[in-house]
Amino acid sequence: MSTAIDIVGVSKRYGTLTALDDVSFSVRQGEFFALLGPNGAGKTTLISALAGLARQDEGTIRVMGHDTVHDFRDARMALGVVPQELVFDPFFTVRETLVFQSGYFGIKRNDAWIDELLFKLGLTEKANANMRALSGGMKRRVMVAQALVHRPPVIVLDEPTAGVDVELRQSLWDFVQELNDAGHTIVLTTHYLEEAETLCGRIAMLKRGRLIALEPKEKLLAQSAGREVALKLSGPLPAALEALKTREEDGRQVLALAEPAALETVLAAVREAGLEVRDLTLVETDLETVFVNMMRGSRTA
Amino acid sequence: MINFTGFYTLFRKELLRFWKVAFQTVAAPVLTALLYQLIFAHVLENHVEAYPGVSYTAFLIPGLAMMSMAQNAFANGSSSLIQSKVTGNIVFILLPPLTALEFTAAYLLAAVCRGLLVGAGVLAVTAAFGLPWPTHPLWALVFAALGCGVLGSLGIIAGIWAEKFDQLAAFQNFIIMPLTFLSGVFYSIASLPPLWRAVSHANPVFYMIDGFRYGFFGQADVSPWLSLAVVGASFVALASLALRMIGSGYKLRH
Ligand SMILES: Nc1ncnc2c1ncn2[C@@H]1O[C@H](COP(=O)(O)OP(=O)(O)OP(=O)(O)O)[C@@H](O)[C@H]1O
Ligand SMILES: [Mg+2]
Repeated sequence: MSTAIDIVGVSKRYGTLTALDDVSFSVRQGEFFALLGPNGAGKTTLISALAGLARQDEGTIRVMGHDTVHDFRDARMALGVVPQELVFDPFFTVRETLVFQSGYFGIKRNDAWIDELLFKLGLTEKANANMRALSGGMKRRVMVAQALVHRPPVIVLDEPTAGVDVELRQSLWDFVQELNDAGHTIVLTTHYLEEAETLCGRIAMLKRGRLIALEPKEKLLAQSAGREVALKLSGPLPAALEALKTREEDGRQVLALAEPAALETVLAAVREAGLEVRDLTLVETDLETVFVNMMRGSRTA
Repeated sequence: MINFTGFYTLFRKELLRFWKVAFQTVAAPVLTALLYQLIFAHVLENHVEAYPGVSYTAFLIPGLAMMSMAQNAFANGSSSLIQSKVTGNIVFILLPPLTALEFTAAYLLAAVCRGLLVGAGVLAVTAAFGLPWPTHPLWALVFAALGCGVLGSLGIIAGIWAEKFDQLAAFQNFIIMPLTFLSGVFYSIASLPPLWRAVSHANPVFYMIDGFRYGFFGQADVSPWLSLAVVGASFVALASLALRMIGSGYKLRH
């Protein structure tokens, strides 16, 4: 059995609002998977259904082969979730919080792993501090530790780097990468697209509750508008090239290139119009561009 | 297969939660009960003898103890749940593999512990007013535990149902307070006019107090078996309701 998460035909409605609309996809074991989408797309709702925090109206979800409704114990044992909202119990210290969390998962003595988690997440010095006394970023780290106390094979992080400084973000990703290398399946949502781009293998995009893309990162990047070229010319853009123009950026005309060879045609047209190229840069497509195009595209669709 | 460690951990967490603020959760209600005892005993001592050979001051003690137990057993689960819901940290107990039974039992048992602790405290500080050694200690213990169980279940129900602190406060003020005060804490209902007697007879808290009193004095307004039946049935009904609410995810899993 090699699927970590199997989502089949999941729909969820809140009154008249359809938060999830017939979503289906699978995540393989060992994958580093990103779930992207604008605010309100349904990412958290999907994660909530996965974790049993919400109940889908239709469809089934399995985690490591265990149905999240009928076999919820095994499904939850296999899953570690870092919720999006920053929440904590102000009555307890960091260590107490982690000892309790281990206990809920049926683990009695977990001190060695808790110490390791504290160390990896830079919390060793705060182990005996009250949760209330931690900064927001530190609370977030405790939430990550809480999700990992039972060493779940599948780890879901819902915007774990929101409100976290650059240094921690880096060390957090190093840690998550390490977990992935050790065989854990990772699913994350983030609004920092460069994070998804550098870390993830496959990417799913949600929009208004619907799955609008599900591709390996490279394919997603490749199949988008292709490359672009930004040109600074000695005169106005020749009429022949108007059709390719996507935008203007500080005095440069940005043209879309269907394929790298199209650059030849562009330069030929410039020469023909008797113009000179003052500056030329090739713009690499990044996930952000793909994302924006996708979200724009499916609105008109 | 039962996640016993999960249940026990949640129970311990709930114990620690009130124990860390025991000054408010245990000492304060004991002090309140002591004040009632001082005032009512002083005002009414020479006026009534509740049962033959039982002074009003002595009569008052088990009632006050049971009332304090009931209110605190209710407060424990309800305030813990509403706080966890409002602050959102309830997710940390919704994510683990805890069944409805483990979840409910942990909250219920912690509520009973708090109730019994407060009850013991009230008895300890008021015993000097002439409380006899219980004639039927086992009856007293059974009613104390079951009474806390009834109100503990009600606390869980209220804590799950309420979405805001003021809804819980309303539940407390309009249901729990009247139930506990109109229960014969301060008087034998034999002394009441018929209408009020009927009202008291419809109140399960009356049977808790009456049964608890029977444990101390060997006499009461109604038979301890009747009280046991009413309190036992209330416990089974309310505990099952709490269990079903948690099992269905009502207001917890959206
Ligand atoms: N408990 C709820 N009751 C009613 N509507 C809800 C509830 N939870 C979510 N929604 C709605 O469902 C939709 C999807 O919300 P969701 O939180 O899943 O979005 P998201 O993709 O996680 O967004 P973000 O990036 O802002 O976190 C939104 O329109 C939201 O208002
Ligand atoms: Mg979200």
